[in-house]
Amino acid sequence: MGSWFEANLVSVLNGGAIGCLLFILAIGLSLVFGMMNVLNLAHGAVFLAGAFIGWRIGGESPTWGTFALAVGAATLLGLLAGAVLSAMTEPLRNRSHLDQALLTLGIALVAAELLSMTFGNDVRATNAPPGLDGTVPVLGTDYPVYRLFLIAAGLLLAVTAWLVVSRTAAGAVIRATVADREMVSAIGIDDRKVKLAVFAVGSALAAVAGVLGGPVYGARPGLDSTVLILALVVVVIGGLGSVKGALIGALVIGQIESLGRALFAEAASFILFGALAVVLVLRPQGLFGRADMAGAPR
Amino acid sequence: MNPLLSCRDLSRSFGALKAVDAVDLTVHAGTRHALIGPNGAGKSTLLKLLTGLLRPDSGTVHLGGQDITRLSEVKRSRLGLSQTMQQVSLFPSMTVAENVALAVRRHRGGTISALPARRGPRRHVDRQVDRLLTDAGLRNRDTLPVSALSHGEAKQVELALALACEPRLLLLDEPGAGMSPAESARLTELVLHLPAEITVLFIEHDLDLVFALATEVTVLHLGKVLLTGAPGDIRDDPRVQEAYLGTSRRADLFTTPPPTSGEPRVPTRP
Amino acid sequence: MSAPADIAAPAEGEPRKPPPVRVLVSVLAAVLLAAAPLFLAPYAISTLTRMLVFGLLAASLALLVGVSGLPSLGHAAYFGAGAYAAGWFAQNVSAQAPLSLLVAAFTGGFVAAATGWIAVRARGVFFLMLTLAIGEIVHQVADSWESVTGGSNGLYGIPATEVGGAAITNVGVLHWYVLAAFGGGFAVLWAVKASPFGAALRGIHDNEPRMRSIGYPTSLYKYAVFVVAGTVAGLAGGLLAAQQRLVTPADLGFTTAALALLAVIIGGARSLWGACLGAALVIFVRDSIGPSLDGHGPLLLGVVFILVVYLMPNGVAGIRIGRGKGGGKP
Ligand SMILES: Nc1ncnc2c1ncn2[C@@H]1O[C@H](COP(=O)(O)OP(=O)(O)OP(=O)(O)O)[C@@H](O)[C@H]1O
Ligand SMILES: [Mg+2]
Repeated sequence: MGSWFEANLVSVLNGGAIGCLLFILAIGLSLVFGMMNVLNLAHGAVFLAGAFIGWRIGGESPTWGTFALAVGAATLLGLLAGAVLSAMTEPLRNRSHLDQALLTLGIALVAAELLSMTFGNDVRATNAPPGLDGTVPVLGTDYPVYRLFLIAAGLLLAVTAWLVVSRTAAGAVIRATVADREMVSAIGIDDRKVKLAVFAVGSALAAVAGVLGGPVYGARPGLDSTVLILALVVVVIGGLGSVKGALIGALVIGQIESLGRALFAEAASFILFGALAVVLVLRPQGLFGRADMAGAPR
Repeated sequence: MNPLLSCRDLSRSFGALKAVDAVDLTVHAGTRHALIGPNGAGKSTLLKLLTGLLRPDSGTVHLGGQDITRLSEVKRSRLGLSQTMQQVSLFPSMTVAENVALAVRRHRGGTISALPARRGPRRHVDRQVDRLLTDAGLRNRDTLPVSALSHGEAKQVELALALACEPRLLLLDEPGAGMSPAESARLTELVLHLPAEITVLFIEHDLDLVFALATEVTVLHLGKVLLTGAPGDIRDDPRVQEAYLGTSRRADLFTTPPPTSGEPRVPTRP
Repeated sequence: MSAPADIAAPAEGEPRKPPPVRVLVSVLAAVLLAAAPLFLAPYAISTLTRMLVFGLLAASLALLVGVSGLPSLGHAAYFGAGAYAAGWFAQNVSAQAPLSLLVAAFTGGFVAAATGWIAVRARGVFFLMLTLAIGEIVHQVADSWESVTGGSNGLYGIPATEVGGAAITNVGVLHWYVLAAFGGGFAVLWAVKASPFGAALRGIHDNEPRMRSIGYPTSLYKYAVFVVAGTVAGLAGGLLAAQQRLVTPADLGFTTAALALLAVIIGGARSLWGACLGAALVIFVRDSIGPSLDGHGPLLLGVVFILVVYLMPNGVAGIRIGRGKGGGKP
């Protein structure tokens, strides 16, 4: 066991880093759906836009200054993208989920195509900022510091999100909206403003995740749908609208993506599906989801 | 008399609210059993526990001696439990006849074929649909889409749909709500002339209708059974009047106009 | 709703006698399709054949989306699975005429059966998310399982289908082969839609909770139609392999699924014929202006999706919001 762990430590840590990225991504997706009942399939495109911004501003070897600038720019762009998405989905408020999904898919396709026209079809790899670009010995293996930084950042964000949602006034509105949207608008909170805010924050998180993920994945066309699918699986496994679910789901999927691929190369996709299937057969609403959201019998 | 349906200690809460609270209820075969009680008493919730639409927190339900507590709604329907909903719930893209045919095919037509139906079984289904629609007074409405019907007519389709399921126990949730007096009269006729093999448990606010139809009445209040008895006994019981109006002024209770569904009726529970 | 052609469909309670005009049009269409190789140029014949292949895929999706109310975003997975299976079988076992098609249909159905159960138990947006994820995972499998699928290069050099020892190399003969299989697959879809089972599917689309309360095990029904649609999509995939003699991961990728969905929407969602016509239009546009788009086809597809959603105020598939609204929901 000990030696197995040592041999696969790098994969496990990688899985943790990917899991933390996925968590940042999934939490936006999950809240937008849980609160606003909108499935935002353009989420992956926002992530990719963030990754390209990181590369454009920081180049291949960003300094701390350009890295911070990239994070700031991505935040702004994410907020803006969220506002646009919120406005574009507004006319579809009373339409089916399929219509909303098709609209956001259309937006995702257009955005991804525009990105590839602007930045080309090559992998745009970036390095971590100085100080984080080296390796540290972890139990005898050299491991990239940046990925440890990602894990720390993800966990920090998880704690922050949990505190915001469970302890603050804004969090109370969030929880109330997840539980009963009509009730919240009935007590005079403007539903549209909540939607705009949630969309904007969710998209900003996705764009920042893109900048952070740049040194791991490298910005490239097709990355948007890869991460979107992983985030969807995370949300489905964890349960819609649940921060805890998103965290657990992201960590599980991170391990499957990393450790699974390292151990079972060709079969990793089967494992991903297997995990999805096992969870959903046992709990159709996901690990921490509410039964009525998945339409399960009560 | 042998009990067709009996539930013991049935409970269901929504959060802190005990909507149905340790209810014991026995419905005897062949009876017309009314379930009455003020708004929010838990009548609809109780019915949903019986049909399996909601799961009880505790307690058991038996149908004809068989424990059906753990059975799904689908299985219960196959065992002869059939219901109409308080809110109209039909198949809006289909005609009246198609709506009813869905249920007839499931309960009388044998298997649901994945090949276009041949002539023989088809006519058999059609005849049954015709009969049900005629009984419900919808004979000349059969080719209309249900979305074109009036509210009262839609409720009649509900009833025809429930009867098409060949029930042993028919559960009706406020069948008369929103009907015109003429429609309501036809409903009374229809229920009165149902064959004795069909037992009926119905919720109704219109007490005239209740006393015209019921052979037994159960009063539900705050999720609990207040009492069960013959209609005459219920009418005179002071507890019932108190539950309904919070007063013991009998006159008020029995001259209240039949309330329409959905409107708040005093007293309501929080 | 968005299916004007279907409102005229015979009502369920009446003897099913299609109006003579419809019969006439169907017969005429069949005759024209069969006679096409006699007067069309080879390139036009191939295009027509592609339309048939894609039309069968779209029609199988219409059975899910329009009839049963199951808007799958991953239907290309079963199409692609069938295509790979047919290609692999023709390469490694036999290229004899109907065999690889049977293998394709079986594989499509099998993959649908293996993945469908978790999808059909989910409602609403969960169904969308799951079918999208399943489609993408199957796509990844095709991309990474190199020993069987050839990885990102795909399966190439698939031998031509043989009939009694002679390979079908003539585009006209190939067209007839595809047309015959199309007829078979379409007949299956039509029969399912017109049957009592199909009526139950429409009932599920309309009001699933009520269907359960009148005694229909709706998840089983949805599973069954999911597998049927997967089987027919697999058959269409087998036809694709027979025509292209090349299968790549793109054939089961999201773009294919999205194009099929677009065809279904254009065709009015509830109509099988409509889906075929939609598919013909999609293929026509893709083949004629696709090359001039310089690889930016997805851009056009995205714009079309956005426009379609905004321009169809009743919803793309006539699927009402809050399914079972107006009742059913306790
Ligand atoms: N799904 C639900 N979630 C939360 N509370 C519910 C739910 N369904 C019913 N309730 C509550 O349970 C109580 C009983 O409701 P129920 O519908 O059974 O009453 P009822 O006797 O049928 O009233 P009415 O005469 O108005 O139809 C009510 O207070 C209602 O608000
Ligand atoms: Mg009620």
